[in-house]
Amino acid sequence: MSQSGVIMEFVHRRRRGAELFLLVLALAVGVGAYAAVGLGVDEEVPADIIGYGGWLAALVVVAHVVVRFVAPYADPVLLPVVAALNGLGLAVIRRLDLAEDTTFARQQLTWMTVGVALFVLTLLLLRDHRVLQRFTYTSGLAALILLLLPLVPGIGTDINGAQIWIHAGPFSFQPGEIAKLLLVVTFAGYLVLHRDALALAGRRVLFVDLPRGRDLGPILLMWLVSLGVLVFETDLGSSLLFFGLFLIMLYVSTERAGWLIVGTVLFLAGAMAAYRVESHVQVRVDTWLHPFDYYSDASGGKSFQLVESMFGMGWGGLLGRGLGLGMPDRIPRAESDFIMGAIGEELGLTGMIAVILLYGLIVERAFRASLICRDGFGKLVAVGLGGVVALQVFVVIGGVTRLIPLTGLTTPFLSYGGSSLVANWVLVALLLRISDHARRPAPMLVTDDEADMETTQVVKMA
Amino acid sequence: MNKPIRTISIFCMLLFIALMVNATYLQYWQSDALDKNPLNRRIIQEAFSRERGAILVDGKPVAVSNESDDEYKWQRTYPLPYKYAPVTGWFSYYSQTGVEQSQNDVLSGDDSRLFVTRLVDLVNGNQTKGGRVSLTIDPDAQNAAFDGLSALGPDVQGAVVALEPTTGKILAMVSLPTYDPNKLASHDFSSVSQTYDQLNEDPAKPLLNRAIQTTLPPGSTFKLVTAAAAIESGNWDASSQVPAGATYQLPETRGDTGLIDNEGRYQCDPKRISFETAMEWSCNTTFAQLAIEVGAEGMYHQAEAFGFNDHYLDDLGPQAESAFPAGTNKPQTGQTGFGQFDVRATPLQMAMVAAGIANGGTVMKPYLVDEVQSADLQTLDKTEPSELSRAVSPTTANELTKLMVATVNEGTASPAAMDGIEVAGKTGTAQSGVEGKPPYAWFVSFAPADDPQVAVAVMIESVPGKDTSEIAGGALGGPIAKAVMEAVIR
Repeated sequence: MSQSGVIMEFVHRRRRGAELFLLVLALAVGVGAYAAVGLGVDEEVPADIIGYGGWLAALVVVAHVVVRFVAPYADPVLLPVVAALNGLGLAVIRRLDLAEDTTFARQQLTWMTVGVALFVLTLLLLRDHRVLQRFTYTSGLAALILLLLPLVPGIGTDINGAQIWIHAGPFSFQPGEIAKLLLVVTFAGYLVLHRDALALAGRRVLFVDLPRGRDLGPILLMWLVSLGVLVFETDLGSSLLFFGLFLIMLYVSTERAGWLIVGTVLFLAGAMAAYRVESHVQVRVDTWLHPFDYYSDASGGKSFQLVESMFGMGWGGLLGRGLGLGMPDRIPRAESDFIMGAIGEELGLTGMIAVILLYGLIVERAFRASLICRDGFGKLVAVGLGGVVALQVFVVIGGVTRLIPLTGLTTPFLSYGGSSLVANWVLVALLLRISDHARRPAPMLVTDDEADMETTQVVKMA
Repeated sequence: MNKPIRTISIFCMLLFIALMVNATYLQYWQSDALDKNPLNRRIIQEAFSRERGAILVDGKPVAVSNESDDEYKWQRTYPLPYKYAPVTGWFSYYSQTGVEQSQNDVLSGDDSRLFVTRLVDLVNGNQTKGGRVSLTIDPDAQNAAFDGLSALGPDVQGAVVALEPTTGKILAMVSLPTYDPNKLASHDFSSVSQTYDQLNEDPAKPLLNRAIQTTLPPGSTFKLVTAAAAIESGNWDASSQVPAGATYQLPETRGDTGLIDNEGRYQCDPKRISFETAMEWSCNTTFAQLAIEVGAEGMYHQAEAFGFNDHYLDDLGPQAESAFPAGTNKPQTGQTGFGQFDVRATPLQMAMVAAGIANGGTVMKPYLVDEVQSADLQTLDKTEPSELSRAVSPTTANELTKLMVATVNEGTASPAAMDGIEVAGKTGTAQSGVEGKPPYAWFVSFAPADDPQVAVAVMIESVPGKDTSEIAGGALGGPIAKAVMEAVIR
């Protein structure tokens, strides 16, 4: 798995100063948006702007300092991008709070604090991502249990038709978001060991190398798990996410396009079957094709949320109404799944494209870390994390803008929701850890006289 | 593993490009369509909280936004609700009609002509104010029309339209029964929908603007069009002797169904009478024969030249099209000669027939919006009168005027006669075609005959409490037309 000499010779710079500069810009986005919300709604800068901005800055500085010390070679773009998205999300949630008299923004700020704390902990405790490979099956089991938990009576709750929440005392969270991370680790650990068997055996049908029947086991298992999530928890989004994630990682590890074909066929078969059997899937497709027919109360108002979001985005146009000057509170639950509708309305197409590009940057940086990573496990984890962000963003923004049927996933870093925010901060910590490892100068061969005497070579880490 | 990672990168890039293209499609290309979607409450809610421009009649508002202390900040108010409702329409949370709808862009401030104003407001941090719309209505004529029609009784159904013949300006437009648009503009939305449902289900149809949205058989007033076609053909003029008779059997018919009489007006009995007499006493037998002589084709073209089968009013909608049937056979053509069979006209259309004759044969395009002004009273646009069609030659118009003057001076239209001013007019009493339903009374006229300043059409659909024998265009419509003409001239 070692890379060609060219990369070995190229030494990455740490670029921590660049990260700090970008973080200042990210803070400006977050605090500026918060001030703009106050100006738009109440025509005055919020009174707590200093405290709020200070807290946000403190979180960001802590994250930066920890990265500087424990992951000095980590990618300098990821943290600022995430900070900007999180800050913008907080401001938009605050804006919706003002319209609807809720306190989601305060809770979200708490969750962000928890997220940053876990981000720091991950970086401090996990000094080498390859340690995670030991937990391949443990984390697989944990993911399965987490996915099953919402079905346990008394713990699981049905919110908006999807059985994806669990409650424990005053806390409630979506285990799917955490399972997402565990599954990436499991897939990477399993695939890095079995990739040769999955890649080499098989037969060629019509220019495409198809895998052997007996190797289909894992993909069939994953397919069944995804279908199970869909059928029993009626969670279309997570089901799609998990299966797509597995497919990407399988393809990357085996380098065989045949898996993509098998996977796509399985996906289409599953989707068709689900459409025929599951009424809530039919509803999603119908409201996607004919949103205006299901808008009124008389027709059940099934597409009210989608259509209101579309009206808002259309009204926002190129430049948007301005923060605090639109009516995003017309969209039910705009602070969670439909936060992009609120952004499209108040920040316009410009804000929309900016946010999509920020996500694009996260994905690009993840893939870049994967490309230069020296070990197979790290490569797979990075590509899996990047892929999961790309898929999640596509599924949720595509759903909100009526590109694809609505499936119901949170928008990473923007949407209100503790489990999602915390899980995504940990996701970024993992990406930073891998990129730090990948960008670190390669181990030097020490060839002094003393070493020559030894029969083994000592490898010194820089 | 790097090759598949690159492939996946490109795949993800395509996903993101798809998202951006789709967002652009939604927020740029589809933006207008979404804004105009009737389900879209954002636009109307925003319009509600903006200072909407006033609708003015002779400098005085008939619709104006006053400050209110609720969440919408502005309350649309109609100072003269019943009289002007058919013109202004209403501006409710759920719907708009009339000028409120047709001039919505100006009134709300979104019109491109208000761009500079909007820019200045934006720079100064002021809230955008809507522009003002000034109507062509003459308040005196509108009062005369409204009072005259209302005086017929509490539940009268009818309409009055007055035009300025030389320009096409609508000087008066009244429709009864009417309604109070203030109730529909209220911010108490449940009472608004209740009021709306009630008005909408009322069998008397108060929400209908009968001046432009009701078509009825125009009856004898349509004889003006028949006479126009006959004179245009070159075979007749105002001093000709025309065929008449106590009865006339339509060609290709036998017995009572095809037999036309004059409802007891003995002046029509001779075989041939003067054209003036035929018009004065509205001889059905004459105009049936003239129509047949002109032919189906000729009648059709003449009717269309006056505006039948066409839309011509841009300032109010929806407008009902006045209809003249194509390809009629001989007995049907005979019936169209006195405005029966499938001939249907709006009061506005019949006012245009009178105005066209008054204006030397040229029909002007009717309009209601005179001026569009910005909130600070700058004139942004003034409607220029435009020709709709040349219905008849000036000579023919002159001959028709003579016939109409004679009808007022000597015949059925005498109730519209004025002291010292020559009036041209024509009555009509059209069979409704429904058993037991009283006929419709019509009256069209213009004055002064030598220098016309106003043309009027009065249509009375029903007057509860009056039976068939009392319904006559001259007796009911004549005095109203006279009052409106006097209001304009004096």
